[in-house]
Amino acid sequence: MESLTNRKKVVSDKQMTFLESLYLPVVLAGMAMTFRHMFNKSATIRYPEQQRAFAPVYRGMHVLKRDEQGRENCTACGLCAVACPAEAITMVAGERLPGEEHLYREEKYAVTYEINMIRCIFCGLCEEACPKEAVFLTDRIVPTSFDREDFVYGKNRLVESIDNRIDITKRQHTGKRGKK
Amino acid sequence: MDISLLIEKSTIVVVLFLITLGIAAYQTLMERKVAAWMQDRVGPDRAGPFGILQPLADGGKMFFKEDFIPKNAERGLFILAPGLAMFTAAMTGAVIPWGPPVEMVGRTIALQVADINIGILYVIGFASIGVYGIMIGGWASNNKFSLFSAIRTSSQMISYELAMGIVIITIVLMSGSLSVATIVEQQHGFWADGYFTWNVFKQPLAFIIFLVTSLAECNRAPFDMAECENELIGGYHTEYSSMKLGFFLFAEYVNLFISAAIIAALFFGGYNFPGMDNFSGITLSILGTLVFFAKTVFFIFVFMWIRWTLPRFRYDQLMHLGWKKLIPLAMINLVITAVVIAFTSGWFSEDKKAAATVEVEQKQPTAVLNNASDSRASGSFRVNLNH
Repeated sequence: MESLTNRKKVVSDKQMTFLESLYLPVVLAGMAMTFRHMFNKSATIRYPEQQRAFAPVYRGMHVLKRDEQGRENCTACGLCAVACPAEAITMVAGERLPGEEHLYREEKYAVTYEINMIRCIFCGLCEEACPKEAVFLTDRIVPTSFDREDFVYGKNRLVESIDNRIDITKRQHTGKRGKK
Repeated sequence: MDISLLIEKSTIVVVLFLITLGIAAYQTLMERKVAAWMQDRVGPDRAGPFGILQPLADGGKMFFKEDFIPKNAERGLFILAPGLAMFTAAMTGAVIPWGPPVEMVGRTIALQVADINIGILYVIGFASIGVYGIMIGGWASNNKFSLFSAIRTSSQMISYELAMGIVIITIVLMSGSLSVATIVEQQHGFWADGYFTWNVFKQPLAFIIFLVTSLAECNRAPFDMAECENELIGGYHTEYSSMKLGFFLFAEYVNLFISAAIIAALFFGGYNFPGMDNFSGITLSILGTLVFFAKTVFFIFVFMWIRWTLPRFRYDQLMHLGWKKLIPLAMINLVITAVVIAFTSGWFSEDKKAAATVEVEQKQPTAVLNNASDSRASGSFRVNLNH
Protein backbone atom coordinates (compact mmCIF):
# COMPACT_ATOMS: atom_id res chain seq x y z
CA MET A 1 0.00 0.00 0.00
CA GLU A 2 1.31 3.38 -0.92
CA SER A 3 2.08 5.69 1.94
CA LEU A 4 0.29 9.03 2.01
CA THR A 5 2.60 10.61 4.53
CA ASN A 6 6.30 10.14 5.10
CA ARG A 7 5.79 9.30 8.73
CA LYS A 8 5.53 5.56 8.23
CA LYS A 9 8.23 3.51 9.92
CA VAL A 10 8.96 -0.10 9.13
CA VAL A 11 9.35 -2.11 12.31
CA SER A 12 12.18 -4.61 12.30
CA ASP A 13 13.62 -6.93 14.90
CA LYS A 14 17.19 -6.68 13.71
CA GLN A 15 20.01 -7.12 16.19
CA MET A 16 21.36 -3.95 17.77
CA THR A 17 24.75 -2.80 16.59
CA PHE A 18 27.53 -2.61 19.16
CA LEU A 19 27.15 1.14 19.54
CA GLU A 20 23.41 0.79 20.07
CA SER A 21 23.85 -1.99 22.59
CA LEU A 22 26.03 0.33 24.67
CA TYR A 23 22.92 2.50 25.25
CA LEU A 24 25.13 5.38 26.35
CA PRO A 25 25.13 7.48 23.13
CA VAL A 26 21.34 7.29 22.94
CA VAL A 27 21.00 8.02 26.65
CA LEU A 28 23.22 11.07 26.30
CA ALA A 29 21.24 12.24 23.28
CA GLY A 30 18.06 11.91 25.30
CA MET A 31 19.58 13.81 28.19
CA ALA A 32 20.68 16.57 25.83
CA MET A 33 17.10 16.76 24.60
CA THR A 34 15.62 17.12 28.09
CA PHE A 35 18.32 19.63 29.00
CA ARG A 36 17.40 21.80 26.03
CA HIS A 37 13.80 21.74 27.15
CA MET A 38 14.77 23.25 30.51
CA PHE A 39 15.28 26.56 28.75
CA ASN A 40 12.10 26.49 26.73
CA LYS A 41 9.31 28.84 27.61
CA SER A 42 6.80 27.04 29.77
CA ALA A 43 3.44 26.30 28.22
CA THR A 44 1.66 26.79 31.52
CA ILE A 45 -1.17 29.30 31.88
CA ARG A 46 -1.21 30.35 35.55
CA TYR A 47 -4.93 29.92 35.97
CA PRO A 48 -6.35 32.22 38.61
CA GLU A 49 -4.27 35.15 37.37
CA GLN A 50 -4.28 34.33 33.68
CA GLN A 51 -7.19 32.83 31.82
CA ARG A 52 -6.98 31.14 28.52
CA ALA A 53 -9.03 32.93 25.85
CA PHE A 54 -11.93 30.95 24.42
CA ALA A 55 -11.84 30.00 20.78
CA PRO A 56 -14.10 32.23 18.65
CA VAL A 57 -16.28 29.24 17.84
CA TYR A 58 -16.75 28.28 21.50
CA ARG A 59 -20.32 27.25 22.25
CA GLY A 60 -21.31 27.87 25.86
CA MET A 61 -24.42 29.02 27.71
CA HIS A 62 -27.26 30.30 25.54
CA VAL A 63 -28.66 33.80 25.44
CA LEU A 64 -32.00 35.07 24.15
CA LYS A 65 -31.31 38.34 22.41
CA ARG A 66 -33.25 41.56 22.38
CA ASP A 67 -33.21 43.99 19.48
CA GLU A 68 -31.89 47.59 19.57
CA GLN A 69 -35.05 48.89 21.23
CA GLY A 70 -34.87 46.23 23.91
CA ARG A 71 -37.65 44.01 22.51
CA GLU A 72 -37.29 40.25 22.64
CA ASN A 73 -36.47 38.76 19.27
CA CYS A 74 -37.97 35.33 19.95
CA THR A 75 -41.35 34.64 18.37
CA ALA A 76 -41.72 31.14 19.81
CA CYS A 77 -41.80 29.54 16.39
CA GLY A 78 -40.34 26.36 17.87
CA LEU A 79 -37.75 25.77 15.16
CA CYS A 80 -35.00 25.58 17.73
CA ALA A 81 -36.90 22.96 19.69
CA VAL A 82 -37.43 20.96 16.51
CA ALA A 83 -33.80 21.28 15.51
CA CYS A 84 -32.51 20.33 18.94
CA PRO A 85 -31.10 16.76 18.76
CA ALA A 86 -31.10 16.46 22.53
CA GLU A 87 -34.63 17.72 23.01
CA ALA A 88 -33.46 20.20 25.55
CA ILE A 89 -35.63 23.14 24.52
CA THR A 90 -39.28 23.64 25.31
CA MET A 91 -41.47 26.72 25.10
CA VAL A 92 -45.01 28.00 25.41
CA ALA A 93 -46.13 30.58 22.87
CA GLY A 94 -48.35 33.52 23.68
CA GLU A 95 -49.96 36.45 21.85
CA ARG A 96 -48.67 39.96 22.38
CA LEU A 97 -51.33 42.15 23.96
CA PRO A 98 -51.81 45.83 23.10
CA GLY A 99 -49.43 47.93 25.17
CA GLU A 100 -46.69 45.28 25.12
CA GLU A 101 -45.12 46.46 21.88
CA HIS A 102 -42.05 47.71 23.73
CA LEU A 103 -41.49 44.21 25.16
CA TYR A 104 -41.83 41.88 22.20
CA ARG A 105 -40.87 42.61 18.61
CA GLU A 106 -43.63 40.65 16.87
CA GLU A 107 -47.20 39.61 17.67
CA LYS A 108 -46.23 36.22 18.99
CA TYR A 109 -43.75 35.67 21.79
CA ALA A 110 -42.49 33.00 24.15
CA VAL A 111 -44.32 33.02 27.45
CA THR A 112 -41.94 30.45 28.80
CA TYR A 113 -38.74 29.34 27.17
CA GLU A 114 -36.71 26.65 28.91
CA ILE A 115 -33.42 25.00 28.07
CA ASN A 116 -32.35 22.00 30.10
CA MET A 117 -28.61 22.50 30.36
CA ILE A 118 -28.02 18.88 31.40
CA ARG A 119 -29.69 17.62 28.23
CA CYS A 120 -28.11 20.24 26.02
CA ILE A 121 -25.09 19.07 24.02
CA PHE A 122 -24.11 22.59 22.96
CA CYS A 123 -24.14 21.69 19.28
CA GLY A 124 -25.44 25.09 18.21
CA LEU A 125 -28.22 23.75 15.93
CA CYS A 126 -30.80 25.92 17.73
CA GLU A 127 -28.78 28.94 16.81
CA GLU A 128 -28.59 27.84 13.17
CA ALA A 129 -32.30 27.06 13.04
CA CYS A 130 -33.42 30.39 14.49
CA PRO A 131 -34.89 32.65 11.77
CA LYS A 132 -35.15 35.66 14.08
CA GLU A 133 -31.53 35.78 15.39
CA ALA A 134 -32.97 35.30 18.86
CA VAL A 135 -30.99 32.44 20.39
CA PHE A 136 -27.19 32.35 20.44
CA LEU A 137 -24.57 30.33 22.19
CA THR A 138 -22.05 32.48 24.05
CA ASP A 139 -18.61 32.04 25.57
CA ARG A 140 -20.07 31.88 29.06
CA ILE A 141 -19.86 28.63 31.05
CA VAL A 142 -22.97 27.13 32.64
CA PRO A 143 -22.33 27.28 36.39
CA THR A 144 -22.47 24.12 38.49
CA SER A 145 -25.16 23.29 40.98
CA PHE A 146 -26.14 20.57 43.39
CA ASP A 147 -29.74 20.36 42.17
CA ARG A 148 -30.89 19.03 38.83
CA GLU A 149 -33.75 21.54 38.81
CA ASP A 150 -31.24 24.36 38.75
CA PHE A 151 -30.12 23.34 35.30
CA VAL A 152 -33.45 24.04 33.65
CA TYR A 153 -32.89 27.61 32.57
CA GLY A 154 -36.00 29.74 32.13
CA LYS A 155 -36.40 33.13 30.53
CA ASN A 156 -35.20 34.82 33.72
CA ARG A 157 -31.73 33.44 33.12
CA LEU A 158 -31.69 33.23 29.32
CA VAL A 159 -32.96 36.62 28.15
CA GLU A 160 -30.29 39.26 28.25
CA SER A 161 -31.05 42.30 30.38
CA ILE A 162 -31.46 45.63 28.63
CA ASP A 163 -28.57 47.38 30.38
CA ASN A 164 -26.27 44.38 30.29
CA ARG A 165 -26.18 43.18 26.69
CA ILE A 166 -24.33 39.95 25.88
CA ASP A 167 -21.79 40.30 23.10
CA ILE A 168 -22.41 37.75 20.35
CA THR A 169 -20.45 39.40 17.54
CA LYS A 170 -17.91 36.58 17.63
CA ARG A 171 -20.67 34.08 16.88
CA GLN A 172 -22.03 36.21 14.09
CA HIS A 173 -18.70 36.28 12.28
CA THR A 174 -17.97 32.57 12.53
CA GLY A 175 -19.60 29.46 11.24
CA LYS A 176 -22.30 29.77 8.65
CA ARG A 177 -22.72 33.55 9.14
CA GLY A 178 -19.02 34.21 8.65
CA LYS A 179 -18.97 32.59 5.26
CA LYS A 180 -21.62 34.87 3.77
CA MET B 1 36.90 10.17 76.56
CA ASP B 2 37.86 13.73 75.83
CA ILE B 3 34.86 15.93 76.62
CA SER B 4 35.63 18.46 73.87
CA LEU B 5 35.83 15.63 71.33
CA LEU B 6 32.40 14.52 72.48
CA ILE B 7 30.97 18.02 72.03
CA GLU B 8 32.66 18.38 68.65
CA LYS B 9 31.40 15.08 67.32
CA SER B 10 27.86 15.53 68.63
CA THR B 11 27.71 19.00 67.06
CA ILE B 12 28.77 17.52 63.72
CA VAL B 13 26.21 14.72 64.09
CA VAL B 14 23.36 17.12 64.83
CA VAL B 15 24.32 19.55 62.09
CA LEU B 16 24.81 16.78 59.56
CA PHE B 17 21.45 15.25 60.49
CA LEU B 18 19.68 18.58 60.08
CA ILE B 19 21.43 19.27 56.77
CA THR B 20 20.59 15.81 55.51
CA LEU B 21 16.93 16.18 56.40
CA GLY B 22 16.80 19.71 55.03
CA ILE B 23 18.38 18.71 51.74
CA ALA B 24 16.14 15.65 51.50
CA ALA B 25 13.09 17.83 52.05
CA TYR B 26 14.14 20.32 49.42
CA GLN B 27 14.99 17.55 47.00
CA THR B 28 11.27 16.89 46.77
CA LEU B 29 10.78 20.45 45.58
CA MET B 30 13.84 20.26 43.33
CA GLU B 31 12.61 17.05 41.77
CA ARG B 32 9.25 18.56 40.96
CA LYS B 33 10.85 21.73 39.62
CA VAL B 34 13.35 19.84 37.45
CA ALA B 35 10.57 17.61 36.15
CA ALA B 36 8.48 20.66 35.35
CA TRP B 37 11.26 22.49 33.54
CA MET B 38 12.14 19.47 31.46
CA GLN B 39 8.49 19.14 30.45
CA ASP B 40 8.08 22.87 29.68
CA ARG B 41 6.01 23.47 32.79
CA VAL B 42 6.39 25.75 35.79
CA GLY B 43 6.22 23.38 38.74
CA PRO B 44 4.98 24.19 42.25
CA ASP B 45 5.09 27.95 42.78
CA ARG B 46 2.14 28.71 45.05
CA ALA B 47 3.57 28.05 48.54
CA GLY B 48 5.85 31.02 49.12
CA PRO B 49 7.99 32.67 46.45
CA PHE B 50 8.96 30.09 43.80
CA GLY B 51 7.26 27.45 45.95
CA ILE B 52 10.04 27.33 48.56
CA LEU B 53 7.56 26.50 51.31
CA GLN B 54 6.19 23.53 49.38
CA PRO B 55 8.18 20.90 51.37
CA LEU B 56 6.75 22.30 54.62
CA ALA B 57 3.25 22.13 53.19
CA ASP B 58 3.84 18.55 52.02
CA GLY B 59 5.26 17.54 55.40
CA GLY B 60 2.36 19.17 57.23
CA LYS B 61 -0.08 17.36 55.00
CA MET B 62 1.63 14.03 55.68
CA PHE B 63 1.37 14.54 59.45
CA PHE B 64 -2.34 15.24 59.35
CA LYS B 65 -3.26 12.28 57.15
CA GLU B 66 -4.94 9.27 58.70
CA ASP B 67 -2.37 6.74 59.84
CA PHE B 68 -3.92 3.52 58.66
CA ILE B 69 -2.66 0.00 59.31
CA PRO B 70 -4.40 -2.74 57.29
CA LYS B 71 -6.12 -5.45 59.30
CA ASN B 72 -4.06 -8.32 57.89
CA ALA B 73 -0.72 -6.54 58.00
CA GLU B 74 2.06 -7.81 60.24
CA ARG B 75 1.69 -4.98 62.71
CA GLY B 76 5.11 -4.85 64.31
CA LEU B 77 7.10 -5.18 61.12
CA PHE B 78 4.72 -2.82 59.34
CA ILE B 79 5.60 -0.10 61.85
CA LEU B 80 9.29 -1.02 61.94
CA ALA B 81 9.92 -0.91 58.17
CA PRO B 82 9.77 2.86 57.49
CA GLY B 83 11.94 3.54 60.52
CA LEU B 84 14.47 0.99 59.31
CA ALA B 85 14.53 2.54 55.85
CA MET B 86 15.06 6.00 57.34
CA PHE B 87 17.67 4.81 59.84
CA THR B 88 19.86 3.07 57.29
CA ALA B 89 19.57 6.01 54.92
CA ALA B 90 20.62 8.53 57.54
CA MET B 91 23.46 6.41 58.97
CA THR B 92 25.46 6.27 55.75
CA GLY B 93 26.43 9.92 55.84
CA ALA B 94 28.63 9.36 58.91
CA VAL B 95 31.82 8.41 57.06
CA ILE B 96 31.74 11.05 54.34
CA PRO B 97 34.25 13.87 54.81
CA TRP B 98 32.20 16.98 54.18
CA GLY B 99 35.12 19.38 54.05
CA PRO B 100 38.82 19.85 54.73
CA PRO B 101 39.73 19.63 58.43
CA VAL B 102 39.31 22.86 60.39
CA GLU B 103 42.05 24.19 62.70
CA MET B 104 40.20 25.67 65.66
CA VAL B 105 41.16 26.47 69.28
CA GLY B 106 44.36 24.51 68.99
CA ARG B 107 42.91 21.30 67.62
CA THR B 108 42.13 19.84 64.23
CA ILE B 109 38.46 19.17 63.69
CA ALA B 110 37.65 16.75 60.90
CA LEU B 111 34.36 17.65 59.21
CA GLN B 112 33.33 14.03 59.35
CA VAL B 113 31.40 12.14 61.99
CA ALA B 114 33.73 9.13 62.03
CA ASP B 115 36.89 8.57 60.03
CA ILE B 116 36.78 4.81 60.42
CA ASN B 117 39.41 2.96 58.43
CA ILE B 118 36.80 0.75 56.74
CA GLY B 119 34.60 3.66 55.68
CA ILE B 120 33.77 2.31 52.23
CA LEU B 121 32.86 -1.07 53.67
CA TYR B 122 30.56 0.69 56.11
CA VAL B 123 28.82 2.53 53.28
CA ILE B 124 28.31 -0.66 51.30
CA GLY B 125 27.11 -2.42 54.44
CA PHE B 126 24.45 0.16 55.16
CA ALA B 127 23.43 0.31 51.53
CA SER B 128 22.83 -3.43 51.75
CA ILE B 129 20.83 -3.16 54.95
CA GLY B 130 18.79 -0.46 53.21
CA VAL B 131 16.99 -3.17 51.27
CA TYR B 132 15.51 -4.52 54.51
CA GLY B 133 13.29 -1.48 55.00
CA ILE B 134 11.71 -2.08 51.60
CA MET B 135 11.62 -5.86 51.94
CA ILE B 136 10.03 -5.84 55.40
CA GLY B 137 7.64 -3.07 54.42
CA GLY B 138 6.53 -4.95 51.31
CA TRP B 139 6.15 -8.25 53.10
CA ALA B 140 4.43 -6.89 56.21
CA SER B 141 1.81 -5.11 54.11
CA ASN B 142 0.31 -8.50 53.20
CA ASN B 143 -0.49 -7.23 49.74
CA LYS B 144 0.57 -9.02 46.60
CA PHE B 145 1.65 -5.84 44.83
CA SER B 146 3.82 -4.81 47.74
CA LEU B 147 5.31 -8.28 47.90
CA PHE B 148 6.08 -8.26 44.18
CA SER B 149 7.79 -4.93 44.55
CA ALA B 150 9.76 -6.09 47.58
CA ILE B 151 10.98 -9.20 45.76
CA ARG B 152 11.92 -7.26 42.66
CA THR B 153 13.70 -4.58 44.64
CA SER B 154 15.71 -6.95 46.75
CA SER B 155 16.88 -8.98 43.76
CA GLN B 156 17.69 -5.76 41.91
CA MET B 157 19.69 -4.33 44.79
CA ILE B 158 21.58 -7.57 45.37
CA SER B 159 22.44 -7.83 41.66
CA TYR B 160 23.69 -4.29 41.36
CA GLU B 161 25.59 -4.36 44.64
CA LEU B 162 28.00 -6.86 43.05
CA ALA B 163 29.02 -4.54 40.24
CA MET B 164 29.14 -1.64 42.68
CA GLY B 165 31.37 -3.60 45.04
CA ILE B 166 33.79 -4.52 42.27
CA VAL B 167 34.02 -0.89 41.18
CA ILE B 168 34.71 0.15 44.75
CA ILE B 169 37.46 -2.48 44.97
CA THR B 170 39.02 -0.83 41.92
CA ILE B 171 39.01 2.52 43.66
CA VAL B 172 40.37 0.96 46.83
CA LEU B 173 43.17 -0.66 44.81
CA MET B 174 44.16 2.71 43.43
CA SER B 175 44.12 4.53 46.74
CA GLY B 176 45.31 1.68 48.94
CA SER B 177 42.85 2.62 51.65
CA LEU B 178 39.28 1.86 52.65
CA SER B 179 38.91 5.15 54.47
CA VAL B 180 36.83 7.68 52.57
CA ALA B 181 38.85 10.54 54.06
CA THR B 182 42.09 9.09 52.65
CA ILE B 183 40.54 8.49 49.24
CA VAL B 184 39.39 12.10 49.10
CA GLU B 185 42.77 13.42 50.33
CA GLN B 186 44.55 11.55 47.56
CA GLN B 187 42.55 13.46 44.97
CA HIS B 188 44.03 16.72 46.26
CA GLY B 189 43.74 19.69 43.91
CA PHE B 190 42.93 19.00 40.31
CA TRP B 191 46.20 18.51 38.45
CA ALA B 192 49.38 16.90 39.72
CA ASP B 193 52.39 15.17 38.11
CA GLY B 194 51.08 15.83 34.62
CA TYR B 195 47.69 14.24 35.13
CA PHE B 196 44.30 14.88 36.71
CA THR B 197 44.07 13.84 40.35
CA TRP B 198 40.35 13.09 40.41
CA ASN B 199 39.42 9.43 40.14
CA VAL B 200 36.87 10.06 37.40
CA PHE B 201 39.70 10.83 34.96
CA LYS B 202 41.66 7.79 36.07
CA GLN B 203 38.69 5.44 36.09
CA PRO B 204 36.01 6.73 33.69
CA LEU B 205 34.52 3.29 33.13
CA ALA B 206 34.34 2.67 36.85
CA PHE B 207 32.56 5.99 37.27
CA ILE B 208 29.90 5.11 34.69
CA ILE B 209 29.32 1.70 36.25
CA PHE B 210 29.15 3.26 39.70
CA LEU B 211 26.65 5.87 38.51
CA VAL B 212 24.41 3.23 36.96
CA THR B 213 24.59 0.94 39.98
CA SER B 214 23.89 3.76 42.40
CA LEU B 215 20.82 4.64 40.35
CA ALA B 216 19.72 1.06 40.86
CA GLU B 217 20.65 1.12 44.56
CA CYS B 218 18.54 4.25 45.07
CA ASN B 219 15.64 2.59 43.23
CA ARG B 220 15.42 5.53 40.92
CA ALA B 221 14.31 5.63 37.32
CA PRO B 222 15.24 3.99 34.99
CA PHE B 223 15.54 1.25 37.60
CA ASP B 224 12.54 2.10 39.79
CA MET B 225 11.36 -1.46 40.11
CA ALA B 226 10.40 -0.70 43.70
CA GLU B 227 7.47 1.51 42.85
CA CYS B 228 6.37 0.84 39.32
CA GLU B 229 3.42 3.15 39.64
CA ASN B 230 1.70 1.88 36.55
CA GLU B 231 1.96 -1.82 37.36
CA LEU B 232 2.33 -2.16 41.13
CA ILE B 233 0.29 0.85 42.29
CA GLY B 234 2.81 2.26 44.77
CA GLY B 235 5.03 -0.80 45.02
CA TYR B 236 6.23 -1.61 48.53
CA HIS B 237 4.50 1.39 50.08
CA THR B 238 1.06 0.77 48.57
CA GLU B 239 -0.47 0.11 51.99
CA TYR B 240 1.32 2.91 53.79
CA SER B 241 -0.18 6.24 54.64
CA SER B 242 0.54 9.33 56.67
CA MET B 243 4.07 9.89 57.97
CA LYS B 244 5.02 6.23 57.52
CA LEU B 245 4.69 6.77 53.81
CA GLY B 246 6.47 10.08 54.29
CA PHE B 247 9.37 8.26 55.95
CA PHE B 248 9.71 5.87 53.03
CA LEU B 249 9.73 8.68 50.51
CA PHE B 250 12.06 10.70 52.69
CA ALA B 251 14.44 7.79 53.08
CA GLU B 252 14.60 7.54 49.32
CA TYR B 253 15.63 11.16 49.05
CA VAL B 254 18.18 10.82 51.84
CA ASN B 255 19.61 7.85 49.94
CA LEU B 256 19.78 9.95 46.81
CA PHE B 257 21.64 12.70 48.66
CA ILE B 258 24.12 10.25 50.20
CA SER B 259 24.68 8.52 46.86
CA ALA B 260 25.40 11.84 45.18
CA ALA B 261 27.79 12.71 48.01
CA ILE B 262 29.59 9.37 47.68
CA ILE B 263 29.97 9.78 43.93
CA ALA B 264 31.35 13.25 44.52
CA ALA B 265 33.75 11.94 47.16
CA LEU B 266 34.97 8.82 45.37
CA PHE B 267 35.20 10.10 41.81
CA PHE B 268 35.01 13.88 41.75
CA GLY B 269 37.56 14.75 44.39
CA GLY B 270 35.18 15.44 47.29
CA TYR B 271 36.02 18.83 48.73
CA ASN B 272 39.06 19.29 46.44
CA PHE B 273 38.89 21.90 43.74
CA PRO B 274 41.34 23.40 41.23
CA GLY B 275 43.53 26.07 42.82
CA MET B 276 42.79 24.99 46.38
CA ASP B 277 46.44 25.48 47.36
CA ASN B 278 45.97 29.26 47.21
CA PHE B 279 43.74 29.09 50.27
CA SER B 280 44.41 27.87 53.78
CA GLY B 281 42.86 27.59 57.21
CA ILE B 282 39.21 28.37 57.75
CA THR B 283 38.76 29.86 54.25
CA LEU B 284 39.84 26.58 52.68
CA SER B 285 37.48 24.63 54.92
CA ILE B 286 34.49 26.80 54.09
CA LEU B 287 35.28 26.84 50.37
CA GLY B 288 35.95 23.11 50.32
CA THR B 289 32.66 22.34 52.06
CA LEU B 290 30.79 24.59 49.65
CA VAL B 291 32.50 22.91 46.70
CA PHE B 292 31.59 19.51 48.07
CA PHE B 293 27.95 20.47 48.47
CA ALA B 294 27.91 22.02 45.01
CA LYS B 295 29.20 18.76 43.54
CA THR B 296 26.63 16.80 45.54
CA VAL B 297 23.78 19.01 44.37
CA PHE B 298 25.03 18.66 40.82
CA PHE B 299 24.89 14.89 41.06
CA ILE B 300 21.45 15.04 42.63
CA PHE B 301 20.47 17.06 39.57
CA VAL B 302 22.04 14.45 37.28
CA PHE B 303 20.02 11.72 39.01
CA MET B 304 16.83 13.71 38.48
CA TRP B 305 17.85 14.55 34.93
CA ILE B 306 18.20 10.84 34.16
CA ARG B 307 14.89 10.09 35.84
CA TRP B 308 13.00 12.56 33.68
CA THR B 309 14.74 11.41 30.51
CA LEU B 310 14.63 7.65 30.46
CA PRO B 311 11.75 5.21 30.57
CA ARG B 312 11.91 2.28 32.97
CA PHE B 313 13.82 -0.87 32.14
CA ARG B 314 11.88 -4.07 31.93
CA TYR B 315 12.73 -6.52 34.70
CA ASP B 316 14.60 -8.95 32.44
CA GLN B 317 16.48 -6.07 30.78
CA LEU B 318 17.47 -4.87 34.23
CA MET B 319 18.86 -8.26 35.18
CA HIS B 320 20.54 -8.60 31.78
CA LEU B 321 22.26 -5.26 32.18
CA GLY B 322 23.34 -5.97 35.72
CA TRP B 323 24.64 -9.52 35.41
CA LYS B 324 25.75 -9.78 31.80
CA LYS B 325 27.13 -6.32 31.16
CA LEU B 326 28.02 -4.36 34.28
CA ILE B 327 29.60 -7.16 36.31
CA PRO B 328 31.88 -8.43 33.48
CA LEU B 329 32.81 -4.84 32.60
CA ALA B 330 33.61 -4.06 36.20
CA MET B 331 35.64 -7.27 36.47
CA ILE B 332 37.68 -6.46 33.35
CA ASN B 333 38.24 -2.97 34.63
CA LEU B 334 39.37 -4.33 37.99
CA VAL B 335 41.82 -6.80 36.44
CA ILE B 336 43.33 -4.19 34.12
CA THR B 337 43.69 -1.75 37.01
CA ALA B 338 45.27 -4.42 39.18
CA VAL B 339 47.79 -5.38 36.50
CA VAL B 340 48.70 -1.76 35.79
CA ILE B 341 49.15 -1.06 39.49
CA ALA B 342 51.22 -4.18 39.97
CA PHE B 343 53.62 -3.14 37.24
CA THR B 344 53.82 0.57 38.08
CA SER B 345 53.80 0.75 41.86
CA GLY B 346 53.08 -2.79 43.02
CA TRP B 347 54.98 -6.04 43.44
CA PHE B 348 56.34 -6.28 39.91
CA SER B 349 57.61 -2.70 39.63
CA GLU B 350 61.37 -2.16 39.80
CA ASP B 351 61.50 0.30 42.69
CA LYS B 352 59.07 -1.76 44.78
CA LYS B 353 61.25 -4.87 44.38
CA ALA B 354 64.26 -3.00 45.56
CA ALA B 355 62.34 -1.40 48.41
CA ALA B 356 60.86 -4.73 49.41
CA THR B 357 64.23 -6.44 49.72
CA VAL B 358 65.60 -3.58 51.80
CA GLU B 359 62.55 -3.65 54.00
CA VAL B 360 62.83 -7.37 54.59
CA GLU B 361 66.48 -7.07 55.56
CA GLN B 362 65.70 -4.29 58.00
CA LYS B 363 62.57 -5.81 59.41
CA GLN B 364 63.97 -9.23 60.15
CA PRO B 365 65.86 -8.49 63.36
CA THR B 366 63.17 -6.23 64.83
CA ALA B 367 60.55 -8.85 64.24
CA VAL B 368 62.56 -11.39 66.16
CA LEU B 369 63.14 -8.88 68.93
CA ASN B 370 59.45 -8.16 69.20
CA ASN B 371 58.70 -11.81 69.42
CA ALA B 372 61.32 -12.30 72.04
CA SER B 373 60.01 -9.46 74.19
CA ASP B 374 56.52 -10.84 74.52
CA SER B 375 57.53 -14.47 74.52
CA ARG B 376 56.52 -15.00 78.13
CA ALA B 377 53.06 -13.62 77.60
CA SER B 378 52.31 -15.46 74.42
CA GLY B 379 54.53 -18.48 74.77
CA SER B 380 54.35 -19.04 71.06
CA PHE B 381 56.05 -21.96 69.42
CA ARG B 382 58.27 -19.85 67.21
CA VAL B 383 59.61 -17.71 70.05
CA ASN B 384 60.39 -20.77 72.09
CA LEU B 385 62.47 -22.05 69.23
CA ASN B 386 64.54 -18.86 69.40
CA HIS B 387 65.39 -19.57 73.03
